[in-house]
Amino acid sequence: MPHPLDARALAALAANPGCRRRALLDGAGVDKTALASKLGSPAAFGQSQFAFMRGNAFEAKVKADGGRELLRLLGIAEPGTVRVPELAAAGPEGRVARTALALREATEAGTWALLDHPLLSLEVAGSPAHLEPDAVVVHPDGRWTVVEIKSFPMIDGAADASKVGAAARQSAVYVLALERVAALTRGAEVAHSVLLVCPKDFSNLPTASVVDVRKQLSVTRRQLARLTRIEEIAAALPDGVTFDVEGCSARELEAAVESVPHAYAPECLSACELAFHCRERARGAGAVEALGRSVRGELGGLTTVGDVLAAARGEEGDADDPTVEALRRAAALRAEALACR
Amino acid sequence: MSLISTLARLEAVESGRAQPLATVRHRHLSDRPLVLVPLTTAGEAGAPLGALVGTDPGEPRLLVVAQPRDRDLRFAFLADLAEEVLPYVDSFTDVVEAAERSETDPETGKKVKVEVDLCADAPQVIVPSRAGIEYVRLLGRSMRFRRTAEQDPETPFPAPPRVPLLGRWLTHFGERARVPGSSLLLSATDLLNRHWATGQSSLEDQHLGALLAWIDADGPESGAEAALRAELGRDPQGQLFCPPAGPATDPAFDNRLLAPAIERFDRARQALASAEDGESADERLGELHVAEREIRRLILSQLRPTWDAVWRSVELLRELPAGERVADRWTRDRWSFTGHRDRIVAGEPPQPRRDDAVTAAQKLAARESAQSQLEAQEALDDPLVLAGRRLAGEAFVAEVVEVTMAWSESKRPSPRPLLTVRTDDRPHLGEGTKVYRSLEGKPQTAEFVRSEEDGSLVLRITDRMGRSKEPAPGSVPEKGERIAWTLFEHDQRVGAKLPEREETPWTHGGPPRSDTPDPELPDAVTPEDLL
Amino acid sequence: MSFDPGAEAARATAGILADTLHGDARGVVVDSPPGAGKSTLVVRAALELASAGRPLMVVAQTNAQVDDLVLRLAEKEPELPVGRLHSNDSDPYDKALDDLENVRKSSKAGDLAGLDVVISTAAKWAHVKNVEPWAHAIVDEAYQMRSDALLAVAGLFERALFVGDPGQLDPFSVVGAEQWAGLSYDPSASAVSTLLAHNPDLPQHRLPVSWRLPASAAPLVSDAFYPYTRFRSGTDHGDRRLTFGVASDGSGPDRVLDEAAESGWGLLELPARRTPRTDPEAVRAVALVVRRLLDRGGAAVSERAPDPVPLTPDRIAVGTAHRDQAAAIRAALAELGVAGVTVDTANRLQGREYDVTVVLHPLSGRPDATAFHLETGRLCVLASRHRHACIVVCRAGVAELLDEHPSTEPVQLGVTVKFPDGWEANHAVLSHLTEHRVSWRP
Repeated sequence: MPHPLDARALAALAANPGCRRRALLDGAGVDKTALASKLGSPAAFGQSQFAFMRGNAFEAKVKADGGRELLRLLGIAEPGTVRVPELAAAGPEGRVARTALALREATEAGTWALLDHPLLSLEVAGSPAHLEPDAVVVHPDGRWTVVEIKSFPMIDGAADASKVGAAARQSAVYVLALERVAALTRGAEVAHSVLLVCPKDFSNLPTASVVDVRKQLSVTRRQLARLTRIEEIAAALPDGVTFDVEGCSARELEAAVESVPHAYAPECLSACELAFHCRERARGAGAVEALGRSVRGELGGLTTVGDVLAAARGEEGDADDPTVEALRRAAALRAEALACR
Repeated sequence: MSLISTLARLEAVESGRAQPLATVRHRHLSDRPLVLVPLTTAGEAGAPLGALVGTDPGEPRLLVVAQPRDRDLRFAFLADLAEEVLPYVDSFTDVVEAAERSETDPETGKKVKVEVDLCADAPQVIVPSRAGIEYVRLLGRSMRFRRTAEQDPETPFPAPPRVPLLGRWLTHFGERARVPGSSLLLSATDLLNRHWATGQSSLEDQHLGALLAWIDADGPESGAEAALRAELGRDPQGQLFCPPAGPATDPAFDNRLLAPAIERFDRARQALASAEDGESADERLGELHVAEREIRRLILSQLRPTWDAVWRSVELLRELPAGERVADRWTRDRWSFTGHRDRIVAGEPPQPRRDDAVTAAQKLAARESAQSQLEAQEALDDPLVLAGRRLAGEAFVAEVVEVTMAWSESKRPSPRPLLTVRTDDRPHLGEGTKVYRSLEGKPQTAEFVRSEEDGSLVLRITDRMGRSKEPAPGSVPEKGERIAWTLFEHDQRVGAKLPEREETPWTHGGPPRSDTPDPELPDAVTPEDLL
Repeated sequence: MSFDPGAEAARATAGILADTLHGDARGVVVDSPPGAGKSTLVVRAALELASAGRPLMVVAQTNAQVDDLVLRLAEKEPELPVGRLHSNDSDPYDKALDDLENVRKSSKAGDLAGLDVVISTAAKWAHVKNVEPWAHAIVDEAYQMRSDALLAVAGLFERALFVGDPGQLDPFSVVGAEQWAGLSYDPSASAVSTLLAHNPDLPQHRLPVSWRLPASAAPLVSDAFYPYTRFRSGTDHGDRRLTFGVASDGSGPDRVLDEAAESGWGLLELPARRTPRTDPEAVRAVALVVRRLLDRGGAAVSERAPDPVPLTPDRIAVGTAHRDQAAAIRAALAELGVAGVTVDTANRLQGREYDVTVVLHPLSGRPDATAFHLETGRLCVLASRHRHACIVVCRAGVAELLDEHPSTEPVQLGVTVKFPDGWEANHAVLSHLTEHRVSWRP
């Protein structure tokens, strides 16, 4: 059963675009959480029910009052009529079609409208991904603005920059999907800044900030274009490789996973379910990346712990290679300093 | 990361044990630090869940908020925290020594020395991790604008008396912690990471349990294995052996243990509230206490391992001798502490929400100068740090092979001896580049003159040789001496004085307006805070 | 419609001078793309302000910039009384200033009182206290000045002309300044961003013509680094030519030289490989290109002179990202017997101009891109120092490196996003360079 890509997963692709393993598994819709468990290195992600409840209560509060609260956050005190179209429909395709229709009607109507949890679709690597932004606001002039509601606080107008960054990347995926709809809708234009709504200070009163996502958009566009290369990655796999998490044994899955190269870096630990599995492999192979991407910077062509240490100790390597030479000097200086103790 | 620390990490991978990154301790450690291990409620800013706090490793004080969304319980927690922290802080405010500070005389505009009090020692708060430091700032921010009933009888939810004061102190500690090399507020992970390299990445080093697994390893198990257990190991009930060092809790703990316990507590409270007679009230009060005790037990189970880990970190660091210039930096911390003490005594308002233009620029300048000073001092204190600068061409250790006396060409010739030195290092020297060495704790300057055919370097000493024609005894190195020279200065120049706040220029918005809303206005009240 | 660069530039300059001399605004901001005549403008504005009898202070960022301005002013107007305020360090100013009769030098502002123009660095001005404010100031390289440096000196003048290039390297701080991100007066931001945040209505001008960059370079540099403030080249295709007296020997360096002479750009691509920063092959390739450039009797034809001007070492520069790379290339050049060619990092090449530049690509041979290597300004400086041609030496594989660069940058609320993004600018430059690629296995 494929596990459809969501915006968070799409945005997370940007965290390690060089990883073929991740691109293939995500592109093919493999349930990586289940896969990681079966491989014996379960992901450590989870959400506390306290955060979950608080987040839901906050979102309800933001969307209260027929969308007027949200429009107030956009700086619209007197919106006049605010349409909140019904978006329910059977199945994801039905909801996507219903959303497109509601967007068109709202744009034609020329009034404010709030689409609560619309469903958008975006073709990723040949199969449709379904994306559900928290809300989309349609302006009377035909502009559409993505609204992203998060539960981390904005304190004195500032918020955790890495969380805002993640929200911006996620929103950029929605903007991209909306642009496909807007291209088919007369008079519509998608704003390239999104409205980020968060609790204010220590309260659960909403406050908002407009976030320019043009950079994230250009990155996401490029990443999605690259994802189409999944077919190439898949074509390079040995015959018969499958990622059927339920049907295959752990051993088979391990072999299947191993057949696609990974690009593990410690940043994966907070972004990918398979990270602990890949870390074990990277460490086992002595890859210096396991200690951080920046470690590679001064190591030139040396890629394993063993090679670097052997070069530093003068056991291997060409003394004329600047890397080897620097390593030997570093090792000598370090030894000299430690001898002073 | 410098190649020398990269090597240390790789050696740690190979040996399965952390490797030294320093030969001395580069941060001040108090004889009597206050350790604070806070926990917070997921999904809510500034809703503490509990804390262990105290100065005695064997006797932590446990503070718990049984229902984090209850404002009264939250205030009670903060009041208890103030009761632990403020007496500790106060114990340093009264013991002072006389010190001199230069001030500008308002009448003459000249710099004059004035005698002032300097606190003889200062408090030191140690939290588990960087996230803990951030949480101290958050707590400070959430408390310092609160109002007590005494300050404002009209306030709908008066804070307990000492809570705003605690907020001001925590804010001060949090701001001070941004100054490189400062030690009023430290985290155990930063302390350990400064002194040891593990065989994992710096991201993984933020996990106190995993970090200690590498540094404090004993037995046959490798650091990597022990760290993996600390990161992921769970008991049959699915709970981590090594709970997170906070302030965030493990979701599995929240969902499987804490949430049901809080629910029982809420039910017991409702039951108590609806009790109809004294007898059933007594019984239900008993049940409430049982429910509360259970929550306390659960929170303690999450806090205690971290508490022990922080104290273990302190022990490990105490085994290293302090760097020579660490005391100098601690004196700056004492000045900072004394200054804030004086501001509070003088009745100044709490720190504003955001700095004005002049304050921001002053802080940035102070931190940049602290950063260069820290880098210089650590290199002078520690040959291993110096090794990194030598590798980078910013310092060199050289043996004096020849001393040639020479004098300046002026009416009163001053000594300008030439040193020929030999080094295997490769400093980035150009003609006239200044280099410095430490002479009796003070920098002595020389300039690079030329390289000789055989690779030796010629330096000319230009200062600190006294006023006579002959250099003062001991002020010129002798043949055979091995000396460490740096290309960076040892002390920082005093930066330019910025304008007064009231004279903020038009380019920066002009003077702060006095008609803006009261900066001390308390934060908005949330209906959801009330049960 | 034909574009008359001279007329466009003159119109822009006239507008700037009108606002500076006769406008009511306290500040005027001028954006100047590479080689657009910023120094000429500063000298001209200084002379006009001085002749209008307005005491003028000039703030530059480095001592070299200050000395350069003093020399230019004296060249243009030898009679003008100019003060050079300098530090107390040894050797605080260029000795050439000692030959100028009307330039007074002092480390005390008081000694220079009453002179028409007083020039110093921002750092030195910050120490000047208790003086009558100047009626006017010119702040040069204002985009490279930090907001806190402007705060320290802004009390010294009533009004100011701010001139700079927004595309070059941003100022930075060695400690974290995140807590002030989003504030209009963030002390670590550029002086211009603070100035405009507080005074959004100030007149803003830009110089529309680059006299330095040839017609082959201006469109690329403009598109990649100044997408919202485009500029044109002052010269047309064919106005400038690079010729060689000695024919190509068919080697990689010679082929890339021919390509660059023909098109203004050349990419000498070495086989993909992860290398140390001082990649010996790439370093040697850079040195060889310079050696051949001189050996082949390069000569430049331009609008400046009717006859070809021989390409001498002082008209050539080598640009790198890191100091150790510059040092390694200097050594390699010395080994090949080349002297007199400038070799420096992007930071130090800011504001300089050469006929031909040879650049070691910042991402060449790297295992990954970092914020430092991706910084827009760094690439912009390296790609915009030349009047005739720019040759880039690089390992293959940079496009893939860029594609695999994780984009997980934090986002600070309230901070204006800076365009273009270094990642995109790098892609743009690289795809243009690929059209002028010469693959070579040394």
